[in-house]
Amino acid sequence: MLSPVILIPAILNGLLTGAVYALVALGLTLIYGVLHIINFAHGALLSAALFAAFFAFKLLGLDPYLAAFLLAPAFFALGYGLQRFIIGPASRGDDRNMLLITLGLSVVIENVLLYAFRGDTRTIEVPYAFETIDLGFTFLPIPRVIGFGVVFVVALLLWAIMRFTDTGKAIRAVAKEKLGAQLAGIDVAHVYAMTFGLGSACVAVAACLLIPTYYVNPMVGDAFVLIAFTIVVLGGMGSVPGALIGGLVIGVVESLSGLFLGESLGQIGIFVIFIAVLLVRPTGLFGVKA
Amino acid sequence: MSEGKFPFSRRTFLATTALGAATVAMPSVLRAQGAGVKLGILHPVSGALSYSGTQGRLGATIAIDEINAAGGIKGLGKIDPVLGDAQSSAEGGTAEVEKMNSAGVAAIVGGYASAVCLAVSQAAARYDLPYVVDVGVADSIVTRGLKNTFRFGPGFGVIAKTALSNLAAINDAAGKPAKTVMIVHEDSLFGSGLAKLLNAQLPAQGFQILETIPHPTPTRDFNNVVLKIKAQNPDLVIPANYYNEYVLLARTMQQQKVKPKGIYSVLGGAASSYKFVKEFPEAAKYIMDCNHWFDPKNPKALALKKKVEDQGQFFTYEVYMNYSCVLLVADALARAGSADRAKVTEALASSTFKDHVMPYGPTKFVNGQNEGAAPANTQVLDGDIKVVLPVAFAQAKPVFPMPA
Repeated sequence: MLSPVILIPAILNGLLTGAVYALVALGLTLIYGVLHIINFAHGALLSAALFAAFFAFKLLGLDPYLAAFLLAPAFFALGYGLQRFIIGPASRGDDRNMLLITLGLSVVIENVLLYAFRGDTRTIEVPYAFETIDLGFTFLPIPRVIGFGVVFVVALLLWAIMRFTDTGKAIRAVAKEKLGAQLAGIDVAHVYAMTFGLGSACVAVAACLLIPTYYVNPMVGDAFVLIAFTIVVLGGMGSVPGALIGGLVIGVVESLSGLFLGESLGQIGIFVIFIAVLLVRPTGLFGVKA
Repeated sequence: MSEGKFPFSRRTFLATTALGAATVAMPSVLRAQGAGVKLGILHPVSGALSYSGTQGRLGATIAIDEINAAGGIKGLGKIDPVLGDAQSSAEGGTAEVEKMNSAGVAAIVGGYASAVCLAVSQAAARYDLPYVVDVGVADSIVTRGLKNTFRFGPGFGVIAKTALSNLAAINDAAGKPAKTVMIVHEDSLFGSGLAKLLNAQLPAQGFQILETIPHPTPTRDFNNVVLKIKAQNPDLVIPANYYNEYVLLARTMQQQKVKPKGIYSVLGGAASSYKFVKEFPEAAKYIMDCNHWFDPKNPKALALKKKVEDQGQFFTYEVYMNYSCVLLVADALARAGSADRAKVTEALASSTFKDHVMPYGPTKFVNGQNEGAAPANTQVLDGDIKVVLPVAFAQAKPVFPMPA
């Protein structure tokens, strides 16, 4: 059971799975870092993005990896619109209201999906879905290796946006001190919406990476978001590198605890970490004190 | 909350909602005025089980439409379905029973999940309301002495027993190529219960169980499970899980090039699903399953299959089981000659209904369980799902071990 024949592939698996978790968490942590709310609609948006990727393939014949170039801007616009015209105005400036509104949004989105597409589970069949890289001791599925690479590119891109662009600077300013940013002439409502848009774009990319080997139904996003919450806490709320490292760590922990404790108990490993981080280092690995 | 800039005032909101509710309620008020009999059709059409629930509702409504098109039930008139959504929870099911009871239904058909069926049967018993379980396999549904509850399909115990003896028969006929087994099951009532039964009984049939692997629903990744299977290399893999996990497991096994001598599932979520076979023909090849299935030699079943497929839907077991259950109730109503609940219950209890589409023996209810009910063994052969056992209904001989 403990032989390296199983152990090494299990760690590799964990890293591949963790990368996609990280991407979902990236969107979540960005929104948390700036708006200081947990976006409960994140899972529903992931389900919606998976449906979008599914139909882009089925109706337009778009390969999921190409669809990412279309869906990321589309979901950016969607996220921007949601925050600017629904969440923002409905919250009336109170951040706590936003939390409830995102919760409401998630219910609405999930049920609209259910109404439109029924509870049916759908999958797509791409020619490379079963292609693998033979490492001698194990096979690495190519779609997941591609996903791993793309996640790093997206994280790097996001980090560059935050670091070098005016928008990024404005986002960081609002995250640090909302009132001060406002006094300096930054349009906070716009920055909020930009952030929500970026977070949603991350979800769209994650969906395009998942769909070749995963399935979609109206509830599918929930399974990822609970994990993503844990990653956000582990990595430090609002930290991009934190989400990336946190995602990989959680992926490996889930994989190994699944191996040793069984798949049912495997989830325990993740939540033990969650509690331990809250107890010992509440700011997370890369978080800063508020 | 103040009304401020918000586009809807509370008053307009209330007014539109009330208007909407009135419009929705209207048709049923109108319908209630005609002669006929109300039948509760209860499924989880939203929430985690919504796909199965929707399929179940489809089967039930097709049966009702057919009966009504033929003039309804003799002496009682047309069936007026009262549709309910159990919302994939026991509480949701109970709430719908209350509504259906006040709507004055003669009986309820449906439930789907065991947990929902358990709750619904109890709630219906309070009103002496006859209840026909469509799928729910937990044995406790019919062993609690509720006089109103009837299950037309087979329960867990019968399914597990049949699955085991058929497995032994298939293995023996092939010269006993399979000696070692690994079980992969989901960890709720259904999968764990089954795994326990298999663990208790497989060794007596001469199989050695290498490992039993439980997993939660949903499970996002089966790579570790498949790694374990690969490392121990069992002759047989027995999965017992729901559709999504089954598909992920089978796909991962294909990806990691794991090929046991056979995949034999018991109530496998996808193993006898046309959808799975159509979408993943390679992963589905030669998989065997012991599950609910229709009688492939019954012209009525084949006509129903065509009708469902013409609607662009898959012919899943929820469809034909609900279809059969509605016909069973309609037959009981006709014999009772009234919608009186006690008379309908009595008519169900003494039913010898034959006009269904299932591969069952003679219908005979003992303590609410149809003793004629049985599962069938199927195998994915030539891109189709064929019945391989019992022999009386078989379309093909089982192919075992799987050709390399």
